[in-house]
Amino acid sequence: MSGRISRDEAAHVARLARLRFSDDELDELAAQLSAVLDHAADVEALDVSGIEPTSHPQPLTDVTRADEVRPSLSRDEVLAQAPSVAEGQFRVPPILGEAP
Amino acid sequence: MTALGVAAAVAAGERTARSVAEDYLDRIGAGDGEIGAFNLVLTKEALADADRVDAALGRGEPVGPLAGVPVALKDNLCTRGIPTTCSSRMLEGWRPPYSATVVERLRAAGAVIVGKTNLDEFAMGSSTENSAFGPTRNPHDTSRVPGGSSGGSAAAVAAGFAALALGSDTGGSIRQPAALCGVVGMKPTYGRVSRYGLIAFASSLDQIGPFGATVADAAAGYEAIAGHDPLDSTLIDQPPEPIGDALTDGVEGLRVGVVAELCGGGRQEAHLAGTDGSAASGVEGVAGDVLSRVQDAAEALEQAGAEVRTVSVPSAVLGLSAYYLITSAEASSNLARYDGVRYGLQVDGANAAEMNVNTRTAGFGAEVKRRIMLGTYALSAGYYDAFYSKALRVRTLMLAEFAAVYEDVDVLLCPTAPTTAFELGAKTADPLLMYLNDVCTIPSNLTGHPAISVPYGRGDDGLPVGVQVMGPALSERLIFRVAAALERAAPGDGSTA
Repeated sequence: MSGRISRDEAAHVARLARLRFSDDELDELAAQLSAVLDHAADVEALDVSGIEPTSHPQPLTDVTRADEVRPSLSRDEVLAQAPSVAEGQFRVPPILGEAP
Repeated sequence: MTALGVAAAVAAGERTARSVAEDYLDRIGAGDGEIGAFNLVLTKEALADADRVDAALGRGEPVGPLAGVPVALKDNLCTRGIPTTCSSRMLEGWRPPYSATVVERLRAAGAVIVGKTNLDEFAMGSSTENSAFGPTRNPHDTSRVPGGSSGGSAAAVAAGFAALALGSDTGGSIRQPAALCGVVGMKPTYGRVSRYGLIAFASSLDQIGPFGATVADAAAGYEAIAGHDPLDSTLIDQPPEPIGDALTDGVEGLRVGVVAELCGGGRQEAHLAGTDGSAASGVEGVAGDVLSRVQDAAEALEQAGAEVRTVSVPSAVLGLSAYYLITSAEASSNLARYDGVRYGLQVDGANAAEMNVNTRTAGFGAEVKRRIMLGTYALSAGYYDAFYSKALRVRTLMLAEFAAVYEDVDVLLCPTAPTTAFELGAKTADPLLMYLNDVCTIPSNLTGHPAISVPYGRGDDGLPVGVQVMGPALSERLIFRVAAALERAAPGDGSTA
């Protein structure tokens, strides 16, 4: 098992990604991600001086359309798919502190 | 019967669309318990679609080129009012308020949607074993995987449950299952087919494409879905060329390059037969029987008048690593939307942040979590330059190398997948081993170029082998033409199960 990623680092990344794992799961993930990064050592080792990055395969240009009023999705139809709704809006638990 | 055969029979009044739909639904009812190709069979909707086609014909109205053709949709394509799950608990029960553009186009062409097919959760995987609803099995041997991530669509066509199917291809998710299931699968040029209503995995690589039992069927499926859509601003602003008559053009005078690096043996070179020492610098683990079929295919093209040579794309060996860094990074960002607020699963928590964590932890499967973790890591402070930023430069390198090769040859040939279909469970314990399935298909996604997999003979185990034809951007007509020549030359043991 290579140690490119430690359990603590995996736990930190999990917090960033809003995921929760047990310690055993973190150890397994750390080992699996380390193996993938070991494989990526070929990319890591590449001399990229003078090479521009490509984030997209086609040259992208701005696409515009006429600014016309057109029908869009109905609010009721969209809200019908939400797990929790109140007063015509998405309902979420409190952003800060404890639930009421 | 082929999809084009169905369409011709329905248009000529020899069959009703309803009787065709009933035949396919009966086959699904009898056989899909064993295969598991479908997440959802749309019996009522399919019969209603079929009746609409028959009614239009009865009134003497024109019907589309796919009139009455039963089509299966990968379950990451939105269908208005019809559950669309991505084979994830996260979206179980969700009914999209709109349909994907490709779905609207198929319906406009007269197609009959018979169901939504199984996939690796959120299209992440190469075996369809990462589905929250259980695996799909290969119709040629039910102890084997169908490939993935569009394994349900490939298996549906191979088993005769649908005459055509759509999948999505981010790193080979159409072509690899097509190869393993013995059908034709094609990934169009990035920007050729609207992604509106395709649930995003890695937005700079995702592309929708067709599966067919024949090259002509796949071409008809492609023609039905390609082209402009104001709802996808990444589309290429140039009308697609029709494919039809190119299929009979032959390959006389065409220059075909066999990509040395994608025919390599690497770690498993002990298994290879008949390759030279250059294999060591190629991608890992292409099996000897697969290489032999690619060689057979190259010889067949030569006999048909093509000029075949070996070419080199050195950066192709970097593709796998670059691909997993880029797609995981994009996925970690795309899948941030599953926060339990607007649709899908919500698992309660004391506050919003806890609800987000509870929802995501319960809703995503192991492989999706792994990719989100890898992508989050690759984009996080301190690692961005070491991995993600370099992976983007591999993409630049690869585009330049392919452009140079296409100065000398018209199309490229290589295996689609390194092996034939493997046993269920054989690669689930080792994510990296599973990722290696995609070594030959990934380059076309990183470059955005089109590619097609065509069945060409069998492996030592009697299972189908697919060979891949790749071409430069917007060369769909050319790669379909070469694929059709290969189909004519392929050993005639039948490609469907």
